[in-house]
Amino acid sequence: MAQAAETRKRGKTRLTNEPEGLDRDHLLRAYRDMLLIRRFEEKAGQLYGMGLIGGFCHLYIGQEAVVVGIQMALGEGDQIITSYRDHGHMLATGMEARGVMAELTGRSGGYSRGKGGSMHMFSKERNFFGGHGIVGAQVSLGTGLAFSNAYRSTDRVCVTYFGDGASNQGQVFESFNLAALLKLPCIYVIENNKYGMGTSVERSTASHDLSKNGAPWGIASLQVDGMDVDAVKHAADAAVAHCRAGKGPFLLEMKTYRYRGHSMSDPGRYRSREEIQKMRSERDCIEGARHRLETLGMDEAEIKRIDEDVKRIVQDAADFAQTSPEPDAAELWTDILVEG
Amino acid sequence: MATEILMPALSPTMTEGKLSRWLKSVGDMVRAGDVIAEIETDKATMEVEAVDEGVLSAILVPEGAEGVAVNTPIAVLGEGATASAAPRAAAPVAPAPVAVAAPVAAAPVAEKAWRASAPLTVREALRDAMAAEMRANGDVFLIGEEVAQYQGAYKVSQGLLDEFGARRVIDSPITEHGFTGMAVGAAMNGLRPIVEFMTFNFAMQAIDQIINSAAKTLYMSGGQMGCPIVFRGPNGAASRVGAQHSQCYASWYAHCPGLKVVAPWSSADAKGLLRSAIRDPNPIIFLENEILYGQTFDCPTDPDFTLPIGKAKIEREGTDVTLVAFSIMVGVALKAADALAEQGISAEVINLRTLRPLDIDTVVASVKKTSRVVTLEEGWPFAGIGAEINMQIVESCFDWLDAPPGRVHGLDVPLPYAANLEKLALPQPDWVVAAVRKLF
Repeated sequence: MAQAAETRKRGKTRLTNEPEGLDRDHLLRAYRDMLLIRRFEEKAGQLYGMGLIGGFCHLYIGQEAVVVGIQMALGEGDQIITSYRDHGHMLATGMEARGVMAELTGRSGGYSRGKGGSMHMFSKERNFFGGHGIVGAQVSLGTGLAFSNAYRSTDRVCVTYFGDGASNQGQVFESFNLAALLKLPCIYVIENNKYGMGTSVERSTASHDLSKNGAPWGIASLQVDGMDVDAVKHAADAAVAHCRAGKGPFLLEMKTYRYRGHSMSDPGRYRSREEIQKMRSERDCIEGARHRLETLGMDEAEIKRIDEDVKRIVQDAADFAQTSPEPDAAELWTDILVEG
Repeated sequence: MATEILMPALSPTMTEGKLSRWLKSVGDMVRAGDVIAEIETDKATMEVEAVDEGVLSAILVPEGAEGVAVNTPIAVLGEGATASAAPRAAAPVAPAPVAVAAPVAAAPVAEKAWRASAPLTVREALRDAMAAEMRANGDVFLIGEEVAQYQGAYKVSQGLLDEFGARRVIDSPITEHGFTGMAVGAAMNGLRPIVEFMTFNFAMQAIDQIINSAAKTLYMSGGQMGCPIVFRGPNGAASRVGAQHSQCYASWYAHCPGLKVVAPWSSADAKGLLRSAIRDPNPIIFLENEILYGQTFDCPTDPDFTLPIGKAKIEREGTDVTLVAFSIMVGVALKAADALAEQGISAEVINLRTLRPLDIDTVVASVKKTSRVVTLEEGWPFAGIGAEINMQIVESCFDWLDAPPGRVHGLDVPLPYAANLEKLALPQPDWVVAAVRKLF
């Protein structure tokens, strides 16, 4: 209840012509997709703790409403590109949990056959263009995906995700200029989870309203409650319509929050446990969606069925990721260059 | 059902840690996300969050315990646990060592004979190559600073805007990092960009996108996403433009797997290799030279003329010493060969044309014939192209050498502006003659 009241209070994130909210079927789908990401990430954290996942592993827990809400506004052929905190984005585009988890464990059944890892996965089939480990690099690349849409005169759009930390990179502003200049159908999504690694937005960014970052180039924008999948979906609808109409890029600042550390080895000294607890208990996107489903008359057994279904998918992915064989040594030398 | 809580790995390098403090006691209810303990790793003190829910029924490792190995059970969650028990990680088994050899280069293919030829400047050759490929493939476009209305800062793209229009010949703002990344993104989606850098010095602003995005994506994606793109522009010293505008990037790019690196010398090289580069499904670094732009060479006129990437050319045959060069240094090597001939030394001159993949077979075959070798490059010596080629010669045909391999290179200084100093810093034919004479 507190959460519903809270989301209504932030009315400025809502559009004036907004309909009442997601209907029961869409909300149910959103709930299921967000829960899948949450449970998947919890399992990934667990496998990391067991030493089955190595290197860097950046969990998306807390931010699920952002990718799920935006994905619901997209159509076939639209492109997605993001940074290294990418597991949620992949699941949202419909990539298989098995293939993502097996990539995390570095197995041949992974999307990159074990050669990419947590930060580097791709799916041509799902139009997911990675998975990029250099902060901000995906913003120029996403601008190029949007360029390819404009060049081919299609009405497809590219959603380019990046964090508040990346928003200060020079190439982000270079990309804004190019996209506005060439009127590219690019939706820039700043996932502002308040911290770039351990540095808060207040300590890293002179401007505290990141939704205005495209203003010098006249880029239309919205600041959105990224913990509310409903608000995210409706803002994304507006952005997609803008881009499809050939009006150039659109910027969405999603006010969101990650519950876990930057990566697995984050001592978390830069914020208080109370701050995290408060977000979890008052603003959680999954709890919010569940509450709304209940008010729409969804019976508990149905929700429970979804929970069980998601749990089964994640366990299956974890099992697959541990039984899929390691890549063959010959894989070292494949995919360096396209032959011929 | 009881669930064991295992000692977690909290960093990529952690194998054991100290369990410094328990924040929950036996009998406490634990929810997912609750901090249950503090662990000291080699890097920091970290909090351990519960993944499952339940009542803490036993603590197996007391606080203060040091050297607790990752995956050791440290506590048990009892009744009320909702998540399934975490499966125990299998004991890590070291993979059996497997000898993996780099693939062997394919056997060299004989170069096709192209009959009629006509004089053409390198500048025109590059422009003709782009125009031909743009006519053949609508996905090919050119982007760069001043490539369209200005007709190219060095007039390489002259006339292309008129023929292909502003959609395909795109004036970019001065924003190398941004437009390079944009072009790489377009290539990842199947377009075929030609990115012109006004000079390769400015590409340093964009080198992250060239290496990390263009060169590595095919590998990182398990072969799903390639990047068919050409990065071209003048490389190396021009004439008295100072240190920041006068650097050879050959060894920088040739260092990186996932790229092909091409360095033409003549008009035929420029035209034939650029056409092949634009057709190639991989990211290509195409290193031109400003001083060569205005030079005229005979170039085949056949409309289908191309040259294969990865194949060197013997520009002059000889028997006593092999000179290995690329780009503008091929001309220096030929002048040196003339001077050496006057001294009774017959030099064979190899124009590498491509630096990666390197046609070491042609070089080695020549060295086996001459038993002496000198490499030429305009760039700095340290970890340079000459260092690499000579090392490969030592590996491949040490026993054929009658003298240690020699190298001629730009001096190990930022390039000075003053006319006399600049000349002293860049390889001249007499440097090559002197280096060769030391081998006899």
